[in-house]
Amino acid sequence: MGIATTERLRTYLDAFSEFNARSEREPDWLRSLRERGFVRFSETGFPTTKDEDWRFTNVNAIAQTQFELARGACDGVSSATLQPFSIPGAGCQLVFVNGRFAPELSDLGSLPRGVQVGSLAQAIAENSPVLEKHLGRYVNLERDAFCALNTAFIEDGAYVYLPRRTIVEAPICLLFISIPGDGPQMTHPRNLMVVEDETEASVVEDYVSLGSGVFFSNVVTELVAGENAVVSHHMIEREDRQAFNVSTLRTQQARSANVSSHSVLLGGGLVRNNVHPVLAGEGGECLINGLFIGAATQHMDNYMLVEHASPHCSSRQYYNGILDDHSHGVFHGRIIVHKDAQKTDAKQTNRNLLLSDDAQIDTKPQLEIYADDVKCTHGATIGQVEENALFYLRSRGIDEVFARRLLLLAFASECLDRMKCRQVRDYLENVVQTGLPAASPSEAKAARAGKVERRWEEVG
Amino acid sequence: MNMLEIKNLHATVNNHEILKGVDLVVNAGEVHSIMGPNGSGKSTLAQVLARRETYEVTEGQVLLNGKDLLAMKPEEAACEGLFMAFQYPVEIPGISNAYFLRAALNAIRKYRGEEELDAMDFLPLLKEKMRLLEMDERFLNRPVNEGFSGGEKKRNEIVQMAVLEPKMAILDETDSGLDIDALKIVAKGVSAMRSPERAILLVTHYQRVLDYIVPDYVHVLVDGRIVKSGGPELALELEEKGYGWAEPATAQAR
Repeated sequence: MGIATTERLRTYLDAFSEFNARSEREPDWLRSLRERGFVRFSETGFPTTKDEDWRFTNVNAIAQTQFELARGACDGVSSATLQPFSIPGAGCQLVFVNGRFAPELSDLGSLPRGVQVGSLAQAIAENSPVLEKHLGRYVNLERDAFCALNTAFIEDGAYVYLPRRTIVEAPICLLFISIPGDGPQMTHPRNLMVVEDETEASVVEDYVSLGSGVFFSNVVTELVAGENAVVSHHMIEREDRQAFNVSTLRTQQARSANVSSHSVLLGGGLVRNNVHPVLAGEGGECLINGLFIGAATQHMDNYMLVEHASPHCSSRQYYNGILDDHSHGVFHGRIIVHKDAQKTDAKQTNRNLLLSDDAQIDTKPQLEIYADDVKCTHGATIGQVEENALFYLRSRGIDEVFARRLLLLAFASECLDRMKCRQVRDYLENVVQTGLPAASPSEAKAARAGKVERRWEEVG
Repeated sequence: MNMLEIKNLHATVNNHEILKGVDLVVNAGEVHSIMGPNGSGKSTLAQVLARRETYEVTEGQVLLNGKDLLAMKPEEAACEGLFMAFQYPVEIPGISNAYFLRAALNAIRKYRGEEELDAMDFLPLLKEKMRLLEMDERFLNRPVNEGFSGGEKKRNEIVQMAVLEPKMAILDETDSGLDIDALKIVAKGVSAMRSPERAILLVTHYQRVLDYIVPDYVHVLVDGRIVKSGGPELALELEEKGYGWAEPATAQAR
């Protein structure tokens, strides 16, 4: 095992050396940050299911695959190809192909004065002081190997900066396209979003595939919200079923900042969605809202870590899961209330619908409370489509397939209705409608239940 | 014309026999009331007719407008003109009342080969029926029955019936739990639906509703069988003497 592990990590060492050779002109602080990332990753390697944070998700399939760094070639990609992925009413759309900014495919729109929306690579080339102040300051390399690995390969991604008191009304859309190649490929997109005091913005990170093949997207986004800032972040995962997607959204909230994170997971084969807000200033609010819809052998793991580090903050977590076939969902809702975070008000709800006997959900609340005057509640439900509701709809003339579909849509809408950004919500309503499992009646389901593909747990 | 014809209907739930041979004929244009004590099988009869799968029919036949009702799925029965107002209407979060009812009406229209209605054509129709049942327009966009009071849920059932215009309407204890004002509104709504083409079966525990909706026939259901039938005066007699008075007939029937 030891030798095999070393061999596997050698791939990353080779990639890292090659990467360093072409990143000669990066600033020293970035070089040392990346090196710290790589050292940390080499020390720990990929997590195993013995690690409490990874108990329900086996990443062997990622660890045992020899990925190459994907090239940013955008041959054959045209604006027309990307049309289905553009959100009507977006303020701008930045396109990243295999992790690299593609200016020729992007539409920068018109943004208020002082607002910067562009590529991280460019910001690195300009050695912007904002970057040095914030990049890598928030993610914890010690506890997360994927974040360490991403940090080792920081090169490109999105960079968003809003100066004090600016309001960007239309959503800032970031489209990340994976184009699988002949062999397994990986990208490590790194996004930094800094919104200063009293700003407002909505951001969308949308992960899609063009074509099919083994692809690993390992994403880290740091979102820094100043005092009184109001930010909505949306993460959409709809890559190919052979894709691995591990993402971490780490938000840092100053006094009275209000940040919402909305995740909609539809695609990908093995998906891990980490959301980690730190309420660092008094009176902050955060909403963590998510929907995951799995079918076939998809594995979708949602790991929430909400840190209350200041008094009078509130957090709300709502995650709805719909799991069909042999899919496996995970909801891990961890809340840490630090010693000084008095008057914390934290709530967590996870609701799940299992549409087949073989679908599985693991849901786990984890509350760690070190303050004495707090309100924390959590709840989880697991069930099937409600037979009473189904009969009620059918008794009014609606056929069984449509009735099931309506009930699933209603369940999914609970999540979409919490999105304040109208353009994104409307767009996602359509996306989710097409992404819903074909609500086949029970007999048809039994007929196709025999078809079993491999499960991630069995790999390796 | 026979709208509903029930012949020797037996039904069980969890192998426990609840209906033990029900015979009943309801003609178009008639209002029948089925009365009976708790546990007599009233709701089971309503649910079997609405094609709830929880109940197993072990014997007998039911014809809806001459067609085999027991071979129909719930949605087919609805499209063939059957409607049941639920004793306990179901709450459906996330689906608005207006959307739900339009989907239902369009499903039925499609089945009959009629053109589907768009929201613009449908809304005035729905609003008109809601006014009849004195329901505020804010219920249009509220999720189906969610957070409605008991009375609002029952009125919402009658709104649905008014929109879907069934040929055979079964009201399962729609009067139960209503205060007198709500009862009058519901009765007015039901009475407005009386027509020579439509049959109505009122399943009730209490005689009170029959003061407002006067039936053509009253049947007494006891222990899974109809033990007495008569005109509206039978309801008054029952009110006076109690169900115990009707029961010896059961013993004789055995």
